[in-house]
Amino acid sequence: MDYDFSEDVAKIWPALLFIGGFVAVVGGLLFVLDILPRWGKGKERLHMFGFLGPALILLAIGLVYPLIRTVTLSFYNNTRGKFVGLDNYTWIVTNDDTLIMLRNTLFWVVCVPLLATAFGLIYAVLVDKARGEGIAKSLIFMPMAISLVGATIIWKFIYAFREADQEQIGLLNQILVWLGMEPQQFLTSSPSNTFYMIVMMIWIQAGFAMVILSAAIKAIPAEIVEAARLDGASPWQMFWRVTMPSIRPAVVVVTITITIATLKVFDIVRTSTNGNFKSSVLAFEMYNQAFRLSDDPNGEGRGAALAVVLFLLVVPVVVYQARQLRKRAEIR
Amino acid sequence: MATVTYSKASRIYPGTPRPAVDQLNLEIGDGEFLVLVGPSGCGKSTSLRMLAGLEDVDAGDILINDRNVTHLPPKARDIAMVFQNYALYPHMTVYENMAFALKLRKTPKHEIDRRVKEAAAMLQLEDYLGRKPKALSGGQRQRVAMGRAIVREPQVFLMDEPLSNLDAKLRVQTRSQIATLQAKLGITTVYVTHDQVEAMTMGHRVAVLLDGVLQQVDSPRALYDRPANVFVAGFMGSPAMNIKTVPLSDKGGRFGDVTLPLTREQLTAAQADGGGNRVTVGFRPEDTDLVGPNDGGIPITVDLVEELGSDAYVHGTVALEGQDERFVVRADPRRTPRLTEIVYVRPHVNTHHAFNAATGLRI
Repeated sequence: MDYDFSEDVAKIWPALLFIGGFVAVVGGLLFVLDILPRWGKGKERLHMFGFLGPALILLAIGLVYPLIRTVTLSFYNNTRGKFVGLDNYTWIVTNDDTLIMLRNTLFWVVCVPLLATAFGLIYAVLVDKARGEGIAKSLIFMPMAISLVGATIIWKFIYAFREADQEQIGLLNQILVWLGMEPQQFLTSSPSNTFYMIVMMIWIQAGFAMVILSAAIKAIPAEIVEAARLDGASPWQMFWRVTMPSIRPAVVVVTITITIATLKVFDIVRTSTNGNFKSSVLAFEMYNQAFRLSDDPNGEGRGAALAVVLFLLVVPVVVYQARQLRKRAEIR
Repeated sequence: MATVTYSKASRIYPGTPRPAVDQLNLEIGDGEFLVLVGPSGCGKSTSLRMLAGLEDVDAGDILINDRNVTHLPPKARDIAMVFQNYALYPHMTVYENMAFALKLRKTPKHEIDRRVKEAAAMLQLEDYLGRKPKALSGGQRQRVAMGRAIVREPQVFLMDEPLSNLDAKLRVQTRSQIATLQAKLGITTVYVTHDQVEAMTMGHRVAVLLDGVLQQVDSPRALYDRPANVFVAGFMGSPAMNIKTVPLSDKGGRFGDVTLPLTREQLTAAQADGGGNRVTVGFRPEDTDLVGPNDGGIPITVDLVEELGSDAYVHGTVALEGQDERFVVRADPRRTPRLTEIVYVRPHVNTHHAFNAATGLRI
């Protein structure tokens, strides 16, 4: 080995120092809290601030300040620029490209949660108590383990296009050729390209939906299912009148979780089309405006405005989910 | 209105060598209340679930009204079941729970309404029809489960330990309610319990199971007075019968210096089937007298006295053949012996039970 590690070691020192410092601060804080106030009322309050304080400070640095900064920036044209009022927001709802982007986002948010949950649910019901259930479930769950970028590259090969006179390397186009049809450019023709990307997201999220819903189905007490069988329920009636009402909370949580993930989708668009061919979505456009087009004098402000819109869309969904979780906790 | 017949019905769980239910033969008459009783793991619940169609029948047949239902799905058997934990549908109200089966059968609305209201009146549930199960007490849930079975007006009721989740007082109360209700409706009922008191008080007939094998089926009285084997003798009755295996003399079973007489036929039967020179003799705690030292009683050193108000039970030991043997006898609660005192126990004449020491069968 002729590689010189000495420089790397020198680079590691600051990191080690940082970790050591963190441990020392937290440990010191806990130690002080433990020995200091052995008296009276103030103790609990001091403990509360002692434990919550560091987390609150980090939240303020990492979340609250950027939020305020982003909202402010969304009323300016760029970081050094002038106040433009609501111009950035007006641009979002009037510009042709952003309108297409918003329409695409709507397609994503409607299709992915509904279809992924539906597929996951149907699959969970079908494999429940079947032979080889574990393997069947692993197969569907595995896409969850792949990064979105990796998954997109896999699908890009499936959608790959070659001219009709060449040999096809994409699975889908080869099938079309076998069927005697013309090969298609799946990812370049709008608006269908959005749906081909939506398929990728469903492929990934259906596994998640399936695992959660399968667990919910298994949590239904066996006696209730048996009672329904004795009451004369057909499999169809069993599903709609016993299974579905019992797993409704899980279905809601799964749908909402996928909705949030879909609102924030970025990797698939970035890797598939780079936002070209009218396939952009909200999260991608935010990045695109703020960082890639930063030579555009209005880019940073518009990116910030898009970020605020995304935030406003996600917040109510998160609030609803938190409420649902609390409601479930109360029932138990 | 129906009869139920188990004909050599067996259930063998995959991967287990011993059948959970082994060639069960049982005839249940129309309108009869039959109780399946036994210790846990004896196959009583499995037998019931085989009748319900929730458990496969691996061999033999099950007939309802002479119709072979062995391989029919549960819904084709026209039976209703009450589960131990009630298995109410948590998302439905009491009314919807009771109406569910009828709704699935497309029974006319006014008919459903009439039957549910009728059952609710019978079970004092009228005020709770709009509630969800989680807003009910244990006793109310139990009644809803009963109501759900009643509105079906099925051929057969099945009940799987329906009282075991209730507290002691409510259990006794509900016990008599179920018995009364069954008598009123006249629907053939199979009832599973591990509690021999429930079995004795509720059943027209009681079937005792052990290790998947039917031991005896008879009226509670006959079961108590003439247990077919040592297991039934020890299982039915509380406190349990005093059962000891003792040396055989030419007069009977010898408890030290005391001999419990056996007939000539019993003596012969005791020696047959590998019984040898020993015999198993049992007598119930209430079939005894405490007598004076010279009246031919078994001397017992008292180590515990249980006062129940109406009765007192005296527990004690005696050394027989070098081993301490325990006995329980009933005593007058106003004249109980002191601890460590020696009392003399004399079983009533001809109330003791004798069993072959090797086979355990009644002789």
